Amino acid sequence: MSSGKRLSVRNLSIVFGGVHAVEDVSFEVEPGEVFAIIGPNGAGKSTIFNLISRLYQPSAGSIQYGEQDLLELKAHQVVRTGIARTFQNIELFEQATVLQNLLVGRHSHMNFNLLSSLLFLPGMRARELKHRRKVEDIIDLLEIAQYRDARIADLPYGARKNVELARALCAEPSLLLLDEPASGLNNEETNDVSFWLEDIKHDLGVTMVMVEHDMSLVNQVADRVMAINDGRLLAIGTPDEIRENAEVQKAYLGVAA
Amino acid sequence: MQILFKTRYEDDIRFLAKTGEKVRVGLVIAFLLLAPAFLQNYYLAELGLLLVYAIAGIGLMILTGHTGQVSFGHAAFLGIGAYAHSVLLSHGVPFTLSVILTISLCGLVGMALGRSASKMHGFYLAVATLAFLILVETVLGEWSSVTGGHAGFAVPALKVLGVNLGQVWQQYYLDLSFTLLVVWAASNLFRTPLGRSMVAVRDSELSARSLGVNVEWIKIQAFGISAAITGLAGVLLAHHLTYLAPDVFGVLESLKLMLMIVVGGLGSILGAIFGAIFVSVLPVLLSFLKDVLPAAIGQQAGLEPLLFGLIIVGVIVFEPLGIHGRWLKLRYFFETFPYYRKASFVRQKSYLKTERMR
Amino acid sequence: MLPLADVIHLAITGLAQGCAYGLIALGFVLVYKATEVVNFAHGEFMMLGAFAVLAFSEGLGWGFWPAFVAGCLSIAVVGYLIDAQIMRRIIGQSSASIFILTVAFGFIFRSLAGMIWGWNTLSLSTPFDGKISVGSLDIATDRIAIVVATIILCGLLYLFFSRTRFGIAMQASSQNQLAAYYMGIPVKRLVSLTWAIGALIAAAAGALLAPVTQVDTTIGLLGIKALAGAIVGGFGSIPGALLGCLLIGLIEPFADYYFPAIKGVSAYVVMLVVLFVRPEGLVVQTFQKKV
Repeated sequence: MSSGKRLSVRNLSIVFGGVHAVEDVSFEVEPGEVFAIIGPNGAGKSTIFNLISRLYQPSAGSIQYGEQDLLELKAHQVVRTGIARTFQNIELFEQATVLQNLLVGRHSHMNFNLLSSLLFLPGMRARELKHRRKVEDIIDLLEIAQYRDARIADLPYGARKNVELARALCAEPSLLLLDEPASGLNNEETNDVSFWLEDIKHDLGVTMVMVEHDMSLVNQVADRVMAINDGRLLAIGTPDEIRENAEVQKAYLGVAA
Repeated sequence: MQILFKTRYEDDIRFLAKTGEKVRVGLVIAFLLLAPAFLQNYYLAELGLLLVYAIAGIGLMILTGHTGQVSFGHAAFLGIGAYAHSVLLSHGVPFTLSVILTISLCGLVGMALGRSASKMHGFYLAVATLAFLILVETVLGEWSSVTGGHAGFAVPALKVLGVNLGQVWQQYYLDLSFTLLVVWAASNLFRTPLGRSMVAVRDSELSARSLGVNVEWIKIQAFGISAAITGLAGVLLAHHLTYLAPDVFGVLESLKLMLMIVVGGLGSILGAIFGAIFVSVLPVLLSFLKDVLPAAIGQQAGLEPLLFGLIIVGVIVFEPLGIHGRWLKLRYFFETFPYYRKASFVRQKSYLKTERMR
Repeated sequence: MLPLADVIHLAITGLAQGCAYGLIALGFVLVYKATEVVNFAHGEFMMLGAFAVLAFSEGLGWGFWPAFVAGCLSIAVVGYLIDAQIMRRIIGQSSASIFILTVAFGFIFRSLAGMIWGWNTLSLSTPFDGKISVGSLDIATDRIAIVVATIILCGLLYLFFSRTRFGIAMQASSQNQLAAYYMGIPVKRLVSLTWAIGALIAAAAGALLAPVTQVDTTIGLLGIKALAGAIVGGFGSIPGALLGCLLIGLIEPFADYYFPAIKGVSAYVVMLVVLFVRPEGLVVQTFQKKV
């Protein structure tokens, strides 16, 4: 499934009311890579995600995915280039079932119009079944079959995290943006996440960018790590390099190490 | 409890998968079809009116219950539908064409309102629709050369494809066929991507957007469908009222539509129907209250809005899922008897959901 | 073209009206900032305020000022109780349900007021009746009283929010409820107090506006116009909301004069036009959820 597209972010900046939330950040994510973004709270990690998924408008810089300039697209068109994401505080459709959530995940591959929806024309039924099969594949992969017909509002936290990941996978992305996939999970659940991420990387060939605080998870799955602080890039390198980096230690510990 | 073993994905698409549901829906439809045989004309006309309100309720439910866009102005579409249809009929346009034109008009007006609404923050929309309602009511009253102004407008006789439908039972069957059509189409809607996108927009605009849902366009379509269905209810309502006056389609009527969907249960088609039944029974309750309450309260003009208000407050505070939610619990109780546990439906602790960017 | 004297007359009427809208809008915005709830029944607090002051001054025969204080305070209590007893229970429900709930409050208040005080229009005499003549121009003093009262109330509110402990705590909890809660601020009580203050201001506006509008059950609908004004100005900021209300107030008498067919609805026309052209209001405020 990997389309071999590269994500390149160049000189990205955004200003909120005079504050530079992200300032002059550049990085490239190679196809098939797992790229982690780390940094203290408020460093601008989620903001970078929101810029890539076009929820925020950057004040300067460029974002390219393959040949496509993302800044030419609206937020709802981004997923069609193959970029799907999860959210820090879980943004599921609370009152809908897991199945319905996952089917919305297929939205970018669906075509429909008003009339065929109201009359449920035969073609509609056939397409619904086709999408359902894709959704079931993801349900199997992430082992959430027992929740299929449950309402999100009734699910425990860990299950919601899985469902959100599943929903993003339903879009058949080539690049997955994961905003703190392990936050709020216990050790066992975090281990599960790291296995799944490995699966997704190897079986589906999906490139991943993730924001994460849990350094053990980052060390386990990430190929490269970018550390940022106060919206500025500190360093990019392998997990080991980043751990040894003086700048990064200073940002985390607050004193010269 | 009937456990349904699903063997094909089709099972999740089908309506009425369980035997119990089939029986219940069958009984209701049989009752509705046979009603003219045993109901007196007065009750039959009331039943027809109930069906009309069910249509209007489904219209508003799609917008407010499923897409999460609050409209306090839906009585305006009821009014536009009733007036446009009556005016067209009085100019000699045949019924069928008039219905199509009226529904299209309402749909387009709804989409236009939806277009401006699609950019708005939730409560802006609520206020804007309220303002829209007040404007429509004003226009209906002032544009007397077309609408007859405050003097009112007599609705031409009901005549479909050249056949006079003057009898109560004939009009009833017309109402019934439109109701079944609307219920079927609305139920279809929510097993398709369009309907799911609406629910997605209601629950989280952001993630809907990041999954490729064009949120603005979905809102516009929801507005259009909702307004068109409510307009159709207006058409049928006109023939029940036989004489239109602008103040019929005022704020109180909008509140009545709101009352229907809130009491019935936000977010389900069945809820809109429950709501319509409730609103139709309400006058009976009202006249009963007028008799039992001391004259100082019972004979007061404000009793009806007071009751509407109190019921809405009571339902939202104590049973946010309305009659439909109560019905689900009741059914669950019987299906699992004697293993029902109160904890099954305990509401989770909830927090203020912020929509502001800080 | 209107003679200048009439223009000035209409402008002063509009200014007074706009100030009254502004006072009501203050309550809307305060409650919104504290809880993200838009209280559609806020105009009804104003109506109840006018009736309460009337009841104390004419019914019980108190003078205007004691009745004014008692009336406003009793409505503040109503506002406090509404939040403490009902709004607090429904936190977390969809905003649609909450809008509908507050609209229902409006209907309840209106019906109750009608049942208690009757459906006829009553009049309340205030110490502000009278005229000042400037040259050939007669200016009604009750209008001036509204403008002066608005300025005083805004000043007091500003001092309250910037100088008192309560006010600062309220500001803090409206910016970040959770953080305020962790700092030991009694957030729930403050929210209820915000409702009380909003209701108090609206009640004061009702009493001050009584000589102009008279007192009946429908004057609460002015609340919707105040809301329209606040939206025109931009709901997120108090100065924006006040500005929008003044604008709506000033436009109204002129629109009514030139287009009598749409008498009374010009405020809504202005709002719909502004929303269509510039949905965020004249004073920009962004609404986007943080993720």
